[in-house]
Amino acid sequence: MTELLLQTVVNATYAASYLALVAVGLVLIFGVMGIINFAHGEFYMLGAYCVVAIYADLHLPFLLSVASGLVFVGLVGIATERTLFRPMRDNPLGGLVVSIGLLLILQSLATLGFGVRMEHIPPPSQAVLTLREGVGIPVQRLNVICAAVLLLGGLWLFLHRTRWGFALRASAQDPEAAALQGISMGQASRIAVGIGAALAGVAGALTAPLVRTFPYMGHSVIIAAFIVIIVGGVGSLEGAVLAAIVYAFVHTFVTTFVDGVIADIVGLLLMLAVLIVRPTGLFGSRDRA
Amino acid sequence: MPERRAFGAVFALFLVVVLAVLPHVVTYSQQEILVFLVINVLVVMSYRFLTLTGEWSLGHVVMTGVGAYASALAAKRLGFPVPIAMLAGAVVSAAVAWVLSFPLFRMKGFYFLIGSFAAGEVIRLLWKRFRDPFGGPKGLKRIPELSDIEVGAFRIDFFDPVAYYYFAIAVVTVSLWLLWRLERSNIGLVFNAVHWRDSLAASVGVDTRRYRTLALVIASAFAGLAGALFAHYVGAINPTRFNIEEMVYVLTWAIVGGTATFYGPILGVVMLTVLNEVVLRKLGLEQARPLVYGGILIACVLFLPKGLESVVPMLARLGRGRSRTVRT
Repeated sequence: MTELLLQTVVNATYAASYLALVAVGLVLIFGVMGIINFAHGEFYMLGAYCVVAIYADLHLPFLLSVASGLVFVGLVGIATERTLFRPMRDNPLGGLVVSIGLLLILQSLATLGFGVRMEHIPPPSQAVLTLREGVGIPVQRLNVICAAVLLLGGLWLFLHRTRWGFALRASAQDPEAAALQGISMGQASRIAVGIGAALAGVAGALTAPLVRTFPYMGHSVIIAAFIVIIVGGVGSLEGAVLAAIVYAFVHTFVTTFVDGVIADIVGLLLMLAVLIVRPTGLFGSRDRA
Repeated sequence: MPERRAFGAVFALFLVVVLAVLPHVVTYSQQEILVFLVINVLVVMSYRFLTLTGEWSLGHVVMTGVGAYASALAAKRLGFPVPIAMLAGAVVSAAVAWVLSFPLFRMKGFYFLIGSFAAGEVIRLLWKRFRDPFGGPKGLKRIPELSDIEVGAFRIDFFDPVAYYYFAIAVVTVSLWLLWRLERSNIGLVFNAVHWRDSLAASVGVDTRRYRTLALVIASAFAGLAGALFAHYVGAINPTRFNIEEMVYVLTWAIVGGTATFYGPILGVVMLTVLNEVVLRKLGLEQARPLVYGGILIACVLFLPKGLESVVPMLARLGRGRSRTVRT
C-alpha cells in the first residue's frame, strides 16, 4: 500500500510539472492581453508533432526535437499574436472566438499533415530510476519534472530580475500606466504570447513519447489547464503553479483509486466550487496579474 | 407602409413554397441533411435567445443532449408516446437548466462561459460513466421513432426523411413563433435592459438574475426540444454527439450569422450548411471542414464583426438605390 501511495505521488508530480508549464503560459497571455487562448492545447499538440517530425520520422536527436518544439511553437505564438490576438486585445468574446478558429485550423492542419491516427514515438530512454522497493520513476518522466522546474525558475527570474520582465508585469497590472511609462504594449504582448506558446510547445514535446500523440490531444490538456487557472486565480502565475500541483494530485489519486471518468468529474466540480465560492480563484487578486 | 407589408407577404409566400418544394428536388442524402438543418435552426435560435441577456454559454449543446436523453428514455423505458416524450425532454432540459442556474448565475461573462462549459462537461461525463440508464460511451440505441399516421388511404411514415422534414418544420416554426413573441413582449425588453444596462435595470427594481434565469430556462427548453427531434429521427445518441466540438459549430453559426436580428443565426446556419454540404462536398474537401470553419470564424470576427446579418441592410440599400435610379 505504501508503495502504491508513493508511486502515485511520483506520478502526480510528473503530471503537475507539465500541466504547470501549459497553465503558466495561458496565464501569461491572459495577464498581458486579456485573452483566454482556447488554442493553447493545440500549441501543446504542435510541440508534440515537432517530436514526431524530427525525432520519430527523421531520427534526429530527441533533445534537438524538443528545442525545435520550443522555438517553432514560440514563433507560431508570435505570429498568432500579431495577426489574431492584437486586434482582439481586451475583448474576451472576440479573443475566445478567434482562438477557437485557430484551434480548428491547427487541428485540421495536423490531421491533413500527419493523419488522425495515433503516432508511435519510441521512448528515447527506457531507463527507470528506482527510488525504493516497488517505487520507480522512468527517466523520461524525471526529465519532464526537471525541465519544468528549470523553465519555470527561469521564467520567474526573467519576470523579476530583468527590465523586460518588469515591463511585462507592469503591462499586466495596468496597461495604460505601463504605456505611459514608455513600455510598448505590442512588444510586451509579443513576448508574453511567444513565451506562453513556447512553454506549451516544450511541454508537448517533452511528453510526446509518454502520452497518446494525435491531433486532438490538446483537448484534455486545455480542460485541465482551465481548471488549473480558475482554481489558481486567473492572472496569478504562482497560483497557477500551486493549482497545477493540487489538481494533478487530486486527479492522479482519484484515477488510481477510483476511476478516470470520476477523476475528470471531480476536477470539473473542483473548478465549479471555486467559481461559486471565490470567483477570483484561491490565490487570485482583483488585478490581472 | 403598405408597400413593405406587401413585400413581407410575398416573401413569406415565397419562403413557404421553397420550404415545401425543397425536399422534392434534392437527393436522398440531401433530404437527411435538410432534416438536420431544420433541427439546427432551432438549436442556434434557442442559443440566440440566451444571448439576448448578454450571456454566452458553452453548455448549450449539452442541454440539447439533456432533451435528447430524457425524451429517448421516456419513450424507451417509460413507454411514453413519442410526441409526449419530446415535450418531456423539453421540460427536463428546462428543469436541469433551472437547477444549474443557481451556481452558474453567481458568475458573469467569462466566468459564466467557463462555468457553463464545466457544468455541461460534468453532465456529459455522467452519461459516459453510468451505463444504466444512459448506456455509457456507446449511448442509447433503438430509440422509438415517431409512429406512422394513417389518414384515410394515406399513410405517413416518419422514417421517410421528407415526412420527418415536414414534421420538424412544423415543430420548429411553432417554436420560432413562440420565441419571436417572447422577444417582442415586455420580457424581451427587460432582457435588452439586462444586457445593455444591467445596473440601471437593477436600480429600477428589475431582478436581473431572475430574468437571466428565465432566458436560460426558456432557451434550454427549446434546445431540449431540438435534441428530442434529433434523437427520435436518428434513433441513436451518444455522449460524443454533444461534445464541445458541436458547441463550437453552434457558436460559429451564431457568430457568422450575427445575433442582433432574428434572422441572423438562421442565415448563419443555412449558409454554412450549404457551404459545408454542397460546396465542400462537390470539391471533395469534407476533410477540411474544421479548417474552413476556423478560417471563416476568424475572418468573420476580424472583418465582419456584426455577422452576415449586417450585409443584408447593405444589400437592401443597394437594391433600393438602384430601383430609385430606375424610377427617375
